[in-house]
Amino acid sequence: MNVISTNIGQSVSRIDGFAKVTGQAKYAAEPHPPGLLYGVIVNSPIARGQIAALRDTEARKIPGVVEIMTHRNRPHTALFEKSYVDGLGVPGSPYRPLHDAEIRFNGQPVAIVFAETFEAAREAAMLVEVDYERWPHNADFEAALHQKYMPSKTRSNYVPPKSRGNAPEAYALSPVKVEGRYHLAPEHHNPMEMHATTVIVEDDGTFTVWDKTQGPQSVQAYLTSALSLSGDKVRVHNPYVGGAFGSGLRAQYNVFLAALGAKMLKRSVRVTLTRPQMFTHVFRPEAVMDIALGASPDGTLQSMIVEGVTDTSRFEHNMENIVVWGLINYKCPNATAGYTIAPRDTYTSSDMRAPGATTGVNFFEMAIDEIAYACNMDPLTFRLNNYSDTDAMHDMPLTSKALREAMVQGAQHFGWHDRPMAPGSIRDGNELIGWGMATGIWDAMFSPTSARARLTADGRLHIATAASDIGTGTYTILAQTASEAFSTPIDRIDIELGDSTLPECPTEGGSWTAASAGAAVWLACQILREKLFKALAKGKNIPAWVKQGLEQDNLTLEDGILHGMNENQKIVLSFQDALSLIGQDALEVEETAKPGLRGTISQMRKARFTHSAVFCEVRVDQELGIVRITRLVNAVAAGRIMNPKTAASQVRGAMVMAAGMALHEESLMDERVGRFMNHNFAEYHIPAHADIPDMDVLFVEEKDSEISPLGVKGVGEIGMCGTAAAIANAIFHATGHRHRNLPISPGS
Amino acid sequence: MNDVSADIPCRLQINGKTYAADLPPSVTLLDLLRERLDLTGTKKGCDRGQCGACTVLVAGKRVKSCLVLAVSIPDAEVTTIEGLSPNGQLHPMQQAFIEADAFQCGYCTPGQIMSAVALLAEGHTHSREEIREFMSGNLCRCGAYNGIVDAIEQVVAQQNRNHTGEAA
Repeated sequence: MNVISTNIGQSVSRIDGFAKVTGQAKYAAEPHPPGLLYGVIVNSPIARGQIAALRDTEARKIPGVVEIMTHRNRPHTALFEKSYVDGLGVPGSPYRPLHDAEIRFNGQPVAIVFAETFEAAREAAMLVEVDYERWPHNADFEAALHQKYMPSKTRSNYVPPKSRGNAPEAYALSPVKVEGRYHLAPEHHNPMEMHATTVIVEDDGTFTVWDKTQGPQSVQAYLTSALSLSGDKVRVHNPYVGGAFGSGLRAQYNVFLAALGAKMLKRSVRVTLTRPQMFTHVFRPEAVMDIALGASPDGTLQSMIVEGVTDTSRFEHNMENIVVWGLINYKCPNATAGYTIAPRDTYTSSDMRAPGATTGVNFFEMAIDEIAYACNMDPLTFRLNNYSDTDAMHDMPLTSKALREAMVQGAQHFGWHDRPMAPGSIRDGNELIGWGMATGIWDAMFSPTSARARLTADGRLHIATAASDIGTGTYTILAQTASEAFSTPIDRIDIELGDSTLPECPTEGGSWTAASAGAAVWLACQILREKLFKALAKGKNIPAWVKQGLEQDNLTLEDGILHGMNENQKIVLSFQDALSLIGQDALEVEETAKPGLRGTISQMRKARFTHSAVFCEVRVDQELGIVRITRLVNAVAAGRIMNPKTAASQVRGAMVMAAGMALHEESLMDERVGRFMNHNFAEYHIPAHADIPDMDVLFVEEKDSEISPLGVKGVGEIGMCGTAAAIANAIFHATGHRHRNLPISPGS
Repeated sequence: MNDVSADIPCRLQINGKTYAADLPPSVTLLDLLRERLDLTGTKKGCDRGQCGACTVLVAGKRVKSCLVLAVSIPDAEVTTIEGLSPNGQLHPMQQAFIEADAFQCGYCTPGQIMSAVALLAEGHTHSREEIREFMSGNLCRCGAYNGIVDAIEQVVAQQNRNHTGEAA
């Protein structure tokens, strides 16, 4: 028999693939309970002020309309503001939908129409008339920069920059200097599935909520707290999530309004945002970064000075780690950085794929390219020259850093060594060809996570944890983990995710799920194996060969069957028979993987990161300025790779998003009304098939036993870090022009 | 005066079954499938013809179902993702998508697959560049584009082998 291993490290095809390619996978807006009502939200067209008058008489005349909910007639919600802080909330005053008449951002919901059909709700929503009292607002980032500040309470994951040496003095004395201001446009996550919620009101009055979220337990806690519901009344499902990229980290207004409507009307409710409404909540903050680098002519960095500002709303203090990355990743005796946030009258910006690093790493890597050129040195050689084997900012050792290997292997795969240094030196007809490279860095995180493992009488192994698979391959890698840990074929393993009642798992994000949920599943399977063996050892009618095997420690588990020896004959026992012998219908354990004492000490003493080296080729039309990316290679050092096939897809996917960041994506603010005006896919272009070439992803060997129990670092974000810089640096190499604003458009 | 919102008879062949009902004229083919027939394999990603997630076949041609009013195509033959593998036997394109890891979150996937199936019939599959050009109406935010092109090429290669086999 040809047994194909489904262990960790194998390129197993996604186990949720069948459901996804047949349309059977159910997303948040897809369950259809009887008596379902449709909710359509009316949004404020002004950025700041208050509702002066609201008329819904015409809207209520539309046949099928059941109720129009506003701040005036909504049911009771929690009294205290702190009850509205969600699991990944940031310091400040959380937005409370339909709380009162005050408008704090353009696009804020002011009413929601509930009707028997979607068409009736949509038509009536257009007939709700609202008069506003307008107050002055500012939605212009440049103007907001004058009010930049550091909040007294910082975000829990904020890493304050740490200075070393005397950077200003060293900069002044440096023979080679570059400095510039970099700007990133706001970007919207735009997962293909729009945010949506279906609340099913069950016969006993409990709510089964299907929400598009990255954290079902976080949403469950938020709803019970904010809507003053009892905890056992709400259950949140998200078995399939149509992309999120951070937009599902915090509970969005659709889930609050759907649940509030269900509470008011005691009927099941579906609320789906429109694509324009997807531009009324979270986005990656707009940013400016001032970077000054000094070096000696031999290409040794002498000074690094970084100042960064990102935007936030007027009511919450969103913060990102944008200025620290270069200080961590490069050896340089003098370095300093500063960070503030700038408030404007919009919704609060939020985490989007590799938050902070996407902005900070890419800009820093563009500056590194510039100073390498100022030193007349190959940018790859420059980076190897200033390579740090430690976290240079905290002066801490690292658990591992195979960035040098990534740079060398990536360069070899790309053919970097044939590159002529001078910009504009490769041409093909009308096109200028450029090669650029950059490096990437992202946190490698591990969070305590629980998982259940249950062996049932039919011989199947059931794994459950409240993780979310947002396209990340979590179902598949957890099945592989269980397959190896319990020596059982993958087709006899069931993985249950995306349900708030399952064992505790942190909200999916930050690339920590593979390491954390993987460790929990591994541990649960190990303990289940022990429990099975102990039950067999204690059982009464157990065959002698099994008892003997247990005593002599030569009873093994292979391919879902117990193996032992009976009078020099190999003999086997199925799980079904084993459970029957010990008189149980099922065996179950629930375990929590934690860093433990050793891990906690290691976390304090050693820094932990994922690294990458990205290489890019572009072709720039000489007359039109149009840029085409023709080659992308990413060499990634991310510890142990659980599934090279799905991991490579993760990295490629982030590189596609990074191509959008470099060349296309830009949410354009109309400052007069405070609204992002290009709120659709025609005017906010995300990369399409024709924009994306074949991309090569290499995984560099990196053994790291300290990083997490399985040696896994995670790969969800790393593809964002460095890719946009590699593209920008390739454009410089093609054209000789330095662009410090992303996205780079032909007009710039 | 005619009531413009009065229901209109609608009759369609959906995945080989006859559907007939009186519908408001404002119901799109997409909303009919998803909200009234529970055929939720067809996805809504923008509701204005910009993303391709709602792609279905109408008389064998790919169509964005969010831009079609259900009552405007009497007796049309509609095939959705659910109709592509009626007996649980995957269409070669569905199988190829799984093997090539041509999706991540899966939300744009039914639209990509329906578009790819139509593309085969259209014959614009002579190179990876041509496939990319003619698949550009289907957006994928997870960025599974390389895998999708791989999957389509794989099915084209299978068809060519079968064709050669028949000729020989």
